[in-house]
Amino acid sequence: MREELLAIIEKNSRIDLQELAAMLGVAEIDVVNELAALEREGIICGYHTLVNWENTSIEKVTALIEVRVTPQRGEGFDSIAERIYKYSEVSSVYLISGGYDLMVILEGKSLRDVSNFVSDKLSTLDSVLSTATHFILKKYKDHGTIMDQQKEDEREVFIP
Amino acid sequence: MRNPLSDKVVDIKPSGIRKFFDIVSEMDDVISLGVGEPDFDTPWHIRDEGIYSLEKGKTFYTSNSGLKELRMEICNYLKRRVNVEYDWAKEVIITVGGSEAIDIGLRAMINPGDEVLIPQPSYVSYEPCAILADATPVIIDLKAENEFRLTAKELEDAITDKTKLLILPFPNNPTGAIMERADLEAIAEVVIKHDLFVMSDEIYSELTYKDEHVSIASLPGMKERTILINGFSKAYAMTGWRLGYACGPQEIIQQMTKIHQFAIMCAPTTSQYAAVEALKNGDADVEEMRTSYNQRRRFLMESFRKMGLECFEPYGAFYVFPCIKEFGMTSDEFATRFLEEEKVAVVPGTAFGDSGEGFLRISYAYSLEKLRLAMDKMEQFIGRLREEKRN
Repeated sequence: MREELLAIIEKNSRIDLQELAAMLGVAEIDVVNELAALEREGIICGYHTLVNWENTSIEKVTALIEVRVTPQRGEGFDSIAERIYKYSEVSSVYLISGGYDLMVILEGKSLRDVSNFVSDKLSTLDSVLSTATHFILKKYKDHGTIMDQQKEDEREVFIP
Repeated sequence: MRNPLSDKVVDIKPSGIRKFFDIVSEMDDVISLGVGEPDFDTPWHIRDEGIYSLEKGKTFYTSNSGLKELRMEICNYLKRRVNVEYDWAKEVIITVGGSEAIDIGLRAMINPGDEVLIPQPSYVSYEPCAILADATPVIIDLKAENEFRLTAKELEDAITDKTKLLILPFPNNPTGAIMERADLEAIAEVVIKHDLFVMSDEIYSELTYKDEHVSIASLPGMKERTILINGFSKAYAMTGWRLGYACGPQEIIQQMTKIHQFAIMCAPTTSQYAAVEALKNGDADVEEMRTSYNQRRRFLMESFRKMGLECFEPYGAFYVFPCIKEFGMTSDEFATRFLEEEKVAVVPGTAFGDSGEGFLRISYAYSLEKLRLAMDKMEQFIGRLREEKRN
C-alpha cells in the first residue's frame, strides 16, 4: 500500500482520510499508522501547497542559479551546500552532474533582491568559483501540474 | 413511392435508452456517470507519434489487413500478455474499433438461421450485429448470484443443434464481471464438446483488478475455434482513434478481411502509427490508469457499503453494477427519478438486456471529485426512497 499511498498524497495531500482508505481498500486506522510511519522514517518530509503566484497581485521572482564550487577535503560538497541552503531565501539546492556543481533555486521579491543575494552572499563564499543566474520568466508546469489549466469534460453523449 | 427501407434494419429496435440520454443531453449541470469511455487523454507520446506520422506524410492507405509493424506488435503483445501466439501475416486484421471486428466476424461466420449465443447484460451491439448477419440471436441471461459470470450449465442449456457461435464478453460492460481461468476452462469444455466457435470480446482485458486477464484462446484446443477481439480504446484511452483488431484462424480472418476490404478498405493510417507506439511504450500508462480506476472502484464499493446498497464486487472494466431491487422500482424508474431529483445520470441495467432489470450501470471513468459528489447525492436519494417506503 505504501507506494500507492505515496503516489496519491504526492498529488493531493489534503485528501480525506476516509476516502484515502476506501481508495486503497484498507481500514482508516491503517492509513493513519502508515502516514505516521512515513513521517517518522523521513519519507514524508512535508505537506506543501502548489501556488501559482502569477495569479495573485504579489510580486515574486524565481531564479535558478548554477554554482561551481571547490569541494572541501573530507566533506565533499556537503558543507558548502549546507552553507547555501541555510539561507531562507533559498528554496532548493541540488548537487548536479555535468558542467557545474550545485543548482540553487531562489525565491525573492524582486530582481534586485535576487541579484543582491547572488553578489553579496553567494559569490562571496570562499569555495564558490562562479555563478550563472537564470530568471524564470513563466512557469508552464510545476510538480507535474500544468498551471492555468481548467480542464472540461469534453466527452460527448453517445448511446450507450 | 416504394418503401425505401430494408425491413431487416427497420425491425431492429433502437437502443431503449435513447430517450433517457436525450433528456440527459438537454439538462444543464448534470453529473453524468453514464459514459463508457476513459476520462484520460491518450498519453502524449502516443498522440505525438500520430502527429509525427502526419508530419512525415504517412497519409496513404495501409494494406487491407493493417500495417505490418502494427500486426507484428499485436502478436508480440498477445504473446506477452495472454500467452497466445498468432501469425501476424495470416491471423490478424486491424479494424475500425473492436466494434467493426464484431460486425465482420459475425458476417464472415454466420449462415442464415445459425444461432449465436449472447450472454446478457452485455454491450448493445452484439444482438443487432447478429441479426444483420442473418443469425438467430439466443440470449443467455446471466445472474447476479454468479456475479454475472457465464456458467457451463447456462451455456449447455442454451445450446441446440443450430448453435454455432458463442459471444464471450469479458471483462464485461456493463457488469464489470470477469471470467477467471477455472470459469473459462468449464466453458471451453462445453464449447469443444458441441463443436462451437467463440467470439471473445476482450476490449477491457487490460482493466482487471484481481488476477491478470485470461483469454479463452490460450486454453488447450481453443485457439483454433476462437476469434479474439481487442482494441486500443479502453487500455490506452484511444476511443476517438477508432482502432481495434481481431485474431483467429486464418480461414476466418481471410473472409473477414474480404468484407473489411470492400466495406472499409483499411483502418485509419494515423491511428495505426500511434497504436504501434502504444504497444511498444505504453505499458506504464496502462498501469497508471489501471491503478487510478482501481482506486475509484474501491471508493465506489466502499460508498455502496456505507449506504447499505447491494453490489457484487466487480473486478473488471470500469463499471459497477449495483442492485436497486430493494426500492421496488424498475431500473428505468430509478434512473429517471435520480436524474430528475439529483441531476445524476446513471444507465438503467435494462439498456444491456432484460436481465439487467433491477440494476444500474455506474461508470467510474470519472474523476474522484465527480464520483464523490455523485455518491453524496446517491446517498441522499436512496435515503429519501427508503423513507418513502417506510411511510
